Amino acid sequence: MRLILFLLTVSLTSQLFAADGKLIATPGISQIEGTGGGGFVPWAQLAGYGSRDEIAANVFCSGANVDDYDLRVCGAQATFYDRIEFSVAKQKFHVDALDLDIKQRVLGVKARLYGDIVYSQFPQISLGIQHKKLDDPTVAYLLGADDDSGTDIYLAASKLHLGAIAGYNWLWNVTARSTEANQTGLLGFGDAAHGSQREIVLEASTAILFGRHLALGVEYRQKPDNLALKEDDWSNVFVAWFPNKVISVTAAWLDLGEIAGAKNQKGAYFSVTGYF
Amino acid sequence: MLAKFQYSFLMACCLILTACASTSESTLYNKLGGEQGVNNIVENLIQQIGQDEQIFHYFAEARVSRFRENLIEHFCAISDGPCQYTGDNMADIHTGMNINESDFNHLVDLLINAMDAEGIPHRVQNQLLARLAPLRENIIYL
Repeated sequence: MRLILFLLTVSLTSQLFAADGKLIATPGISQIEGTGGGGFVPWAQLAGYGSRDEIAANVFCSGANVDDYDLRVCGAQATFYDRIEFSVAKQKFHVDALDLDIKQRVLGVKARLYGDIVYSQFPQISLGIQHKKLDDPTVAYLLGADDDSGTDIYLAASKLHLGAIAGYNWLWNVTARSTEANQTGLLGFGDAAHGSQREIVLEASTAILFGRHLALGVEYRQKPDNLALKEDDWSNVFVAWFPNKVISVTAAWLDLGEIAGAKNQKGAYFSVTGYF
Repeated sequence: MLAKFQYSFLMACCLILTACASTSESTLYNKLGGEQGVNNIVENLIQQIGQDEQIFHYFAEARVSRFRENLIEHFCAISDGPCQYTGDNMADIHTGMNINESDFNHLVDLLINAMDAEGIPHRVQNQLLARLAPLRENIIYL
């Protein structure tokens, strides 16, 4: 019911003021921390279809269910003149074993430094930050985290190559992120035993667009491993559908490895973004 | 044994040669349907522009017959067809028009519609778009 209401609102309001200056599918979707990107990885593209002369606003909700946890995220982005993107996201991470929710808020800003993902000779480059804060740090501190808030800084490069793979359009994005977050911050930041643990991790996405409306791809997100618990890198395989410039629907299969002692966390992901 | 090898070698050479011959014949221009295909794509595009609220004003002053001729010639030349583009260069044509990014992409959308209508396969469409994309810097915000 909530989804139907959400879709209705999206389609109605987008009739009134839609930014549609980019080519379909090229802005991508909304990643789990609210930034325009893939599912895990913040991309160099700014969220939404706004061109250099337009303002774009988007809303999204995503859900992921793996063996012992699930994550619900909703958020929004506002992008001004394809130059700067502001984002906000609220995450609710359910831990089955403890039957409790860990909630985190993420505020993001991303600036486009160079290029256009389709047209410039070199890849589009953007610089962004994600500031994260846990509502309740109890679990994070219990597990040995140093802090209940932290800021990630990332540099992303992306390019869409027209007709590059057997005539299909090919997209890639590579992101370097400086972070001290444990499981993206849901388990706090750093390690109390060793203080601040900032390090640089690499993230990458790649997709082939089979037609104007359908993308098939994979993502990889390297993760720090600060706590005494083992933290694995993440990966996913996704299919994203862009029926028009108003909505996108993405489904993925996730492999999150070990999370807080629970091994082999795999499961499904689903995400909807509405573009105005 | 040697004869058999020579025979297979010859066969392989023939196969490679025919493969090469056939690919060199199938230029992008041919994949777009040659003269008839390119004419139809351009005609369809012009029809769409004529009914388009967003970008028609850029063309209001243009002479349709000259625009049609030049665009056909340009598409033919850029897709390795038997033509030479004789029109003005992109920057000269578009200077003073102040075409923005959004309107440029809108025209790309209309071109895709025109190629869809002509039944041009998606992968062939992308090859034409890839050749046209570098022209953008001499078209927008001039």
